[in-house]
Amino acid sequence: MTYDVTIDGKKYRLELNRLDERWQCCVDGNAIEVDAVLARRDVLSVIIGGKAYEIKRERTPVDMHLWVGSRRYEAQLRDPRSLRSRASVDDGRGPRKLVAPMPGKVVRVLVQEGTDVEAGQGVVVVEAMKMQNEIKSPKKGVVRKLIASENAAVNAGDVLAVVE
Amino acid sequence: MFKKILIANRGEIAVRVIRACREMGIQSVAVYSDVDRASLHVRKADEAYHLGPAAAAESYLNIPKIIAAAKRSGAEAIHPGYGFLSENSRFARACAEAGIKFIGPTAVAMEMMGSKTRARQNMDKAGIPFVPGTSRGLESVDQAKRVAETIGYPVMLKAAAGGGGKGMRLVQTPEELKSALESAQSEAQRAFGDNEVYLEKAIINPRHIEMQVLADEQGNTVYLGERECSIQRRHQKVLEEAPSPIVDPEMRGRMGEVAVRVAQTAGYTNAGTIEFLVDDKKNFYFLEMNTRLQVEHPVTELTTGLDLVHLQIRIAAGEKLPFKQEDVLIRGHAIECRIYAEDPDNNFFPSPGKITLLLLPSGPGIRRDSGMYEGWTVPIDYDPLLAKLIGYGTDRGQAASRLRRALHEYFVGGIKTNISLFRRILNDEDFNAGRLDTGFLDRLLAHPAPSVASDGESAAVAAIAAGLFAVLEPGTPAQGDGTPNGATNSEQSSSAWKKAARSEALH
Repeated sequence: MTYDVTIDGKKYRLELNRLDERWQCCVDGNAIEVDAVLARRDVLSVIIGGKAYEIKRERTPVDMHLWVGSRRYEAQLRDPRSLRSRASVDDGRGPRKLVAPMPGKVVRVLVQEGTDVEAGQGVVVVEAMKMQNEIKSPKKGVVRKLIASENAAVNAGDVLAVVE
Repeated sequence: MFKKILIANRGEIAVRVIRACREMGIQSVAVYSDVDRASLHVRKADEAYHLGPAAAAESYLNIPKIIAAAKRSGAEAIHPGYGFLSENSRFARACAEAGIKFIGPTAVAMEMMGSKTRARQNMDKAGIPFVPGTSRGLESVDQAKRVAETIGYPVMLKAAAGGGGKGMRLVQTPEELKSALESAQSEAQRAFGDNEVYLEKAIINPRHIEMQVLADEQGNTVYLGERECSIQRRHQKVLEEAPSPIVDPEMRGRMGEVAVRVAQTAGYTNAGTIEFLVDDKKNFYFLEMNTRLQVEHPVTELTTGLDLVHLQIRIAAGEKLPFKQEDVLIRGHAIECRIYAEDPDNNFFPSPGKITLLLLPSGPGIRRDSGMYEGWTVPIDYDPLLAKLIGYGTDRGQAASRLRRALHEYFVGGIKTNISLFRRILNDEDFNAGRLDTGFLDRLLAHPAPSVASDGESAAVAAIAAGLFAVLEPGTPAQGDGTPNGATNSEQSSSAWKKAARSEALH
């Protein structure tokens, strides 16, 4: 198995081969022997050269994090053979989606389609748990599409607007 | 003693009271809204009654529905918990009229202390020290300006019916006063249905220290020591501890006596808390009284060895306090972390949703009061408090180190929580030196979170683990962009074996 893994923005090329009960791993060309047990769903116990690690996986509809001890890493995994992961990576240009980070209700839409927005400018206000939260534009640009409408219920991961 | 008690609340506090009931051999009755059918308090109670839709006004704030549930179940008393109806004197009255004992103070005492302005008027008469300002609601901007001139800027505007930082505005200059007053009034109207706002001198970055009191219905009132609650975000407490690092026995005695006098002036019964602002010269000023059990009551329980909920129930049943002031001893140190469903890396944005993974701390000196469980979906409709993690030790240092250790064990997956914030606080130099004030957390959060020893080694371990998870748990989304790896959700479970076989065949 070969994966392209991104940990906190840093890319790794990972190869995994099962070797009896162990794994022969190759990280960016360095061979490492790993003893791994899936203790339960989302919890991995790993021993590398006598050092023990408990790794927890946290997933939301929009991202994945791995915890090694108390250190949290943002992780992305791509299978280089899969077609969709060959799609161009985001370079800050091109359209960016504003996504609801949690379920809630749209209480206010602060801009209209075609409005110029600055990076960090509020676009939509979503209310959940009695707190109102501004969803901000990730970049300077123009609001190309406005999907959110006032009083609409949204789920985590729903696209609210597109800024280009 | 009561045979059956209804708990008019939800979440961890409902579970806390249900546990006390079971310990005392009392039947417990839960109530729940549509979105709380699967909540922990419903699972733990002896009986449970549905109230209505998620909106609090149609469920946990609906007095007729709760009284009806109490009557139907035959409960003789109602414990209101905190929040919701706990400080609502109309509810206390409705209970009395229905012949049900309200576990808390009388409606009269609640009304006297519930309005901050009325409380200030009464405390003034009783000679209790409080922060200079008006004891009545402001009638005009001009009046506010006159008072502010007299006591000096900066001043604080506060809602008379307020709490939790709502309807509060810090005003630095006369120019800001008009718009601050208007927005405080409208916010107070929206939050509490009452736009009365008063003004007091702002003590910048005070300590917030409160005193627990307990009064029986025979006229005995005692204090159970203070709690330091200076670590706040937007006027909401985040971490509390007992005792306060700056309160010595002599100061505790003086604060305690003032607190007892406040309670007696109000004719107060049952558990209550007197909040004080403490300035940098250790002068303390009466701020307000909370006429209910506090979220942070466990730190007092651990340092006094008393069970406040047991005592609340005994007092409500007409029993005399079973001890005297001189019997109350403070022993050891306790610190509480409020675990919220919110994302500290994204401006504390609420993060409701399904808890996919829950690993719980235990071991010496750890208490967990929780309303969550793995597989439960945190509803979006209520306060995001999930649980409280409390560390206890011989001294402050040990309590903190046990908490740090427990936070290392604690893991809540699927939703974001503020657990990492507590790691930061408990590793902070000022915190560990006991240098606290209400500006502490804002100062801490003004700096970006220091990255925890990001060695290349554990990052490489994470990279290996990312691949191992994908191989060992096929059928779960591997990509970080929310797209299941080539399979739709419905396909995942049925084809997990097939996918595993396929991936086996590949190497």
